[in-house]
Amino acid sequence: MVPLSWYLTLSAILFCLGVSAFLLKRNIITIFMAIELMLNAVNLSFVAFANHWHNLDGQVFVFFVMVVAAAEAAVGLAIIIAVFRTRETLNVDQVNLLKL
Amino acid sequence: MVHQVLFIIFALICVAGAVNLLLQRHPINSALSLVVVMGALALIYLLLGAEFVAAVQIIVYAGAIMVLFVFVIMLLNAGAEERSRGSHVALWVGGPGVAGLAGMIIYLMFRKDTHFNPVTVGNMVSPAQDNTHGIANLLFTRFLLPFEITSVLILIAIMGAVVLARRER
Repeated sequence: MVPLSWYLTLSAILFCLGVSAFLLKRNIITIFMAIELMLNAVNLSFVAFANHWHNLDGQVFVFFVMVVAAAEAAVGLAIIIAVFRTRETLNVDQVNLLKL
Repeated sequence: MVHQVLFIIFALICVAGAVNLLLQRHPINSALSLVVVMGALALIYLLLGAEFVAAVQIIVYAGAIMVLFVFVIMLLNAGAEERSRGSHVALWVGGPGVAGLAGMIIYLMFRKDTHFNPVTVGNMVSPAQDNTHGIANLLFTRFLLPFEITSVLILIAIMGAVVLARRER
């Protein structure tokens, strides 16, 4: 049988890869995908704990996380389209109007 | 034993896809490697006995959300990202920082005073009640209010997306 810590380790590794992609990537769409990767990593630990405690609450939470991720993807991609219309770029380094 | 081997295979696919997302320069390649990660995660959910979540993962994440991403990438004709002339300090501090974060989380998992029993397949609530049945029961009894609120959230998100993406005139 697979120990719970293996699942949590995989979740931690995926989350940290998501963090590093979020920090290192310069394309705004890829940064958005990194956020989705982090949400997936958290979902994995929710499901692993749900299995560990013989309790389905964790899986219901994963359902809600997926709903929120879908809403976030729709609104976020609309924002990306609006940014591209006004700034003509997808590079976050060039979207620096609020920067000192 | 079979479960451990399957877990290791799918975990390696997952990590390889995530690393590929990090290394690829073109957003469409990153999106496709994210689909690989999500598919492998769905198989890991099946190993954990969460059939409903695995199906929703494939349908909603790998199906709907990633198709939305690919549509936007094609709509905006996104090319390969340019290398930023950013600071090297970010790279030299951020890389070890992320590695340290991963090491710290993993250390907390493997510490002696955290006793986690091995995870077995199909040990959910009761054998008479399958996974989807149990989730539906919870969703429409204890979590009914959050469930209704998410429908309002989805409605607001649809309207917000339409308003934001509309062409100004």
